Amino acid sequence: MNTVKKYLGLVWIALAVYSYSILLKTALERIRLVPGTDTIIQWGIFAIIFLPIAIGFVMFGWMAFKGAYDQLPVSSDGVKD
Amino acid sequence: MQSTAEKKTIRKVIFASSVGTLIEWYDFYIFGSLAPIIAMQFFPKTNPTAALLSTLATFAAGFIVRPFGALVFGRLGDMVGRKYTFLLTLILMGGSTFAIGLVPGYDTIGFAAPLIVLLLRLVQGLALGGEYGGAATYVAEHSPAERRGYYTSWIQTTATLGLLLSLGIILITRKSLAPNDADSIRVFEDWGWRIPFWFSVVLVGMSIYIRLKMHESPLFSKLKAEGKTSKNPIKESLMHKGNLKMVLLSLFGATMGQGVVWYTGQFYAQTFLETACKVDFEQTRTILIWAIIFATPLFIFFGNLSDKIGRKWIIMAGLFLAVISYRPIYTKMLAVASTKDVVMDDSKTKIERLIRPDDAKGHSIQTTTTIHLYQNGITEKLVHNDTLYANGLEKPQAVDKLSKELPDDGYWTMVALIFVQIVFVTMVYGPIAAFLVEIFPTKIRYTSMSLPYHLGNGVFGGMTPFIAVLLGTLYAGDVLVGLWYPIAIAVVCLVIGTIYLSNKIDPEVND
Repeated sequence: MNTVKKYLGLVWIALAVYSYSILLKTALERIRLVPGTDTIIQWGIFAIIFLPIAIGFVMFGWMAFKGAYDQLPVSSDGVKD
Repeated sequence: MQSTAEKKTIRKVIFASSVGTLIEWYDFYIFGSLAPIIAMQFFPKTNPTAALLSTLATFAAGFIVRPFGALVFGRLGDMVGRKYTFLLTLILMGGSTFAIGLVPGYDTIGFAAPLIVLLLRLVQGLALGGEYGGAATYVAEHSPAERRGYYTSWIQTTATLGLLLSLGIILITRKSLAPNDADSIRVFEDWGWRIPFWFSVVLVGMSIYIRLKMHESPLFSKLKAEGKTSKNPIKESLMHKGNLKMVLLSLFGATMGQGVVWYTGQFYAQTFLETACKVDFEQTRTILIWAIIFATPLFIFFGNLSDKIGRKWIIMAGLFLAVISYRPIYTKMLAVASTKDVVMDDSKTKIERLIRPDDAKGHSIQTTTTIHLYQNGITEKLVHNDTLYANGLEKPQAVDKLSKELPDDGYWTMVALIFVQIVFVTMVYGPIAAFLVEIFPTKIRYTSMSLPYHLGNGVFGGMTPFIAVLLGTLYAGDVLVGLWYPIAIAVVCLVIGTIYLSNKIDPEVND
């Protein structure tokens, strides 16, 4: 199972990059189709809020690839570096 | 085994926490439910700046401010204490909700009106971001390990009950302001919409009184007495690798999917009923109200079950069922409300015309209402409004509105279809508080659990209606295309949760 966890990590990294690029592409397309401050603000908010989430997903994938999830802590006391 | 005194204490804790959280959800939802009226009063489309502020009020409050509130109040809760923090969020939420009900309209004070409403809406989002984590943590830290899922599931009922309360109060107010429905709706749209906002102050006042009498969480008090509270909870939550990996896992393996299932079952379903199925305003609300009433006890059932078999598989089962059933459920919803290929009973068609002068604008509105009855029992109402100009030179502006009233069997089938979706909500949402609480240590629990919760619900969940509408615009031929967003997110979450999450229940959260 740890091998699956590890290599799926690469899938999550790819998915994060792909999803965010789709979001950016759609945002630019919508702004081009319906120009105006309203559209820019709306899509700007989406792009800003999903950036840290996409980075988080990349980090999640990277951690999975590096084996950080091979063994989860059995209690919250075990959540340490 | 708990003593009677302990059981009494925990009941008080649950009551105090749940009532406050329920009121916060109520406050947050009435703004959303009354959005069209609020837009008319404060954000006229004719003024571009006001329309811009409207966009900000809609998007910023849900997507940016909620997770930000989770960090701000989570930090406070981990440093000062749970009790005073979620008391503060309640005061902020209640105060801003009441104040929205007092703000004069755009016609009276101009540009200041949308600006004030936007600021108050942002305060609402901030307060909501801080409330849930505090309430869930507070209850969990009072609960014995073997009953943590059960006790925290009471907190989980509050979001749905808050929605129920907001729908109920709005429907009652809308119908009780004048002897007949049409006049009552007119009064409601004029000033009556303010009543649900004012009503909040009564609820918040009661809740503050109850919460003031509660004590601080015993685990946090102990930590504080020993001087072991966190100096910088945000840094410890997000900069320490061991904790960050659990924050990320909670988000991508649980709350992300839970958020989209929650919003699809309760918000998207409502929008779909009204816009795709064309079911009328009142029936849409009552269908949702019945479904919520029937399904709400299941939050407690699944919370309780999670104490026995673990949290993970209940949440994953809810995600799985949602993924495989959404499209068949929504296809059935369309079929129930369809009049395609159904014979119309022409003898029962009614046409009513009404001309109302609009003195302020110097023209008249002609309303033509055509009512058709179909053989499957559906009554279809087409309201056609024409603006008649006195000078006869300007072209008439026509607005059509189609709505359907379902017969009894169609109505209850629709209730059942929404009920099934809310059952999925209860499966993914009932055990989630206990699940999140058990992952993180006491000193940074409030911050650490609030962030994935509000990112999952506020961002992934809150995006559901917008993405669905967007997909509908891009692929206009498929009415169900909007469902691919929640299905895709739930699938990814299901795979991550199944593979990476543990089903073990942490017996001791005193760490």
